[in-house]
Amino acid sequence: MRVARAIVARDLTLAVRAGGGTFQAVLFLSLAVIIYALAVGPDVGTLSLVAAPVLWASALLATIVSLDRVFQADFEDGSLDVLVETSDTLSLSVLAKAVSHWLSTGLPLVIAAPILGILLGLEPEGYLPVAASLAVGTPGLSLIGALAAAITVSLRRASILVTLLTAPLYAPVIIFGVGAAKAGAAGEALYAPSMLILAAISLFAAIVAPLAGAAAIRLNLD
Amino acid sequence: MNAPPKIPPEPAAGAGLIVRGLGAGRGGRPVLAGVDLDLEPGTATILRGPNGAGKSTLLRAMAGLVRPTSGLIAVRGGNGGLRENVVYIGHADAVKAALTVRENIDFWRSMYGARTSLAPEIAERMRLMNLLDQRAATLSAGQRRRLGFCRALVSGKPIWLLDEPTSGVDAGAVETIIREIETHCQMGGLVIVATHEPMALGNARTVFIEPAR
Repeated sequence: MRVARAIVARDLTLAVRAGGGTFQAVLFLSLAVIIYALAVGPDVGTLSLVAAPVLWASALLATIVSLDRVFQADFEDGSLDVLVETSDTLSLSVLAKAVSHWLSTGLPLVIAAPILGILLGLEPEGYLPVAASLAVGTPGLSLIGALAAAITVSLRRASILVTLLTAPLYAPVIIFGVGAAKAGAAGEALYAPSMLILAAISLFAAIVAPLAGAAAIRLNLD
Repeated sequence: MNAPPKIPPEPAAGAGLIVRGLGAGRGGRPVLAGVDLDLEPGTATILRGPNGAGKSTLLRAMAGLVRPTSGLIAVRGGNGGLRENVVYIGHADAVKAALTVRENIDFWRSMYGARTSLAPEIAERMRLMNLLDQRAATLSAGQRRRLGFCRALVSGKPIWLLDEPTSGVDAGAVETIIREIETHCQMGGLVIVATHEPMALGNARTVFIEPAR
C-alpha cells in the first residue's frame, strides 16, 4: 500500500503540473460537446434527447486520448523499472496507476459533465443520473485503458492500437452507462439494474486489468 | 561423532550475488549465454565489453527486470531475494522533470520504504543541495544524472547495479560518484558497474562480457 500511495500522490502532482492531464480531459469534453451542439443547431428538443449519449461518448473519447501516457512516460524515463523493482505485487502498482488516471481524468469528467449538460439542454432531473453513471462507469474505462496502455507500453505511437484494443471493451460500458443515465432521468425502473451492471463491469475490470496489466508490463520489459 | 562443518558467517551488512550459466535475451534475440559470476559483499566489479555484448542485459537480469532464458541468479546473504537487495540505476534515470529534486528523492524514498537519509542530506552528498527545490527540468544532463544516482543512496539496498553512471557528468561529479561507490563497498555493499569509460575504482575487479554467439 505504501508504494501504491506514493504512485497515486506523484501521478496526481504530475497530472496537475506536467501536461495538464486534468485540464486536457475537461477541455476535450467541452470542445466535443460544443462542436456537437453547434452541429445539431438551436433545436433544444433534439439536443436534450441526445445529451446523455453525447456526454458519455465525449467522456469516453476524452479518456481514450489520455491513455497512451499512463505507462509510456514511466517506460521512457526509467520509472517503470522502479515500479517493477519496488513492487511486491506489481498488479497493485498497475491498479494505483489506473486510480491515478481516474482521479486526474475520470473524476474531472464526472464533475464537468452535468455542467456541460446545460449546453445540451439536459433536463435538471438528468444531472444526477449522468454524473452517477459516469462516476460508476469511468473507473472501468480507466482500468481497461490501463490494461491496453500496459500491453502497448513498449510500442512507439501506440495510440491507434490503444484505441483499437479498448473500443470493443468499452462498448458494454457506454451501452449501460447511457442506459443508466437516460433511465435515471426518465425515472424508469431500468436505472438500478443498469447501474449495477455498470458497477459490475468496473469491479470486474478492477480485478482482471491489474493482473493482466502487470503480466503485460513484465513481458514488455523483457 | 564428527562435528558439523563450520560455515563461514555472512557479512552482517552485505549481500553477494551468484550467477550460474546465465542466458538472457533482448527482444527475443539471445544476448548472454553461460555467464558465471561470484560477487562478494564489500567489492566493486566493473563490467566491460563491446556495444551489444549484453552488459546492460546482465545488469537488468540481476535486477530481476529481465527474465533469464537459462541459469540462475541468487543472492548470497542479505535478507530476502533480488527485490529486497538490489537497486538498478539504468541509462534512463527515472527522474521526473516536472518534480523538484526534493520531490524526486522523496518519491524514491517512499517507493523503497527505506529508512535512509532525508532528501537534503542525499542532495548534499551528490552536490545538488542548491538545486533542491528546483524542478528537474531545469537541471543540466550531468546534474540530472547525479540526481538519478541519488536513487541508489535512498534505496538502502546493499547491491547497486549501475549502468554507465558517469556518462555525461563532469570530473568533479565522477569523483563524487566514485567516492559514494567506495564508501558503499567499505560498508559491506556490493557494486557492479557497466561502463565504457575509465573508472578509478580502487581494487575493483574487471569482468569482460563477450557477445553471445
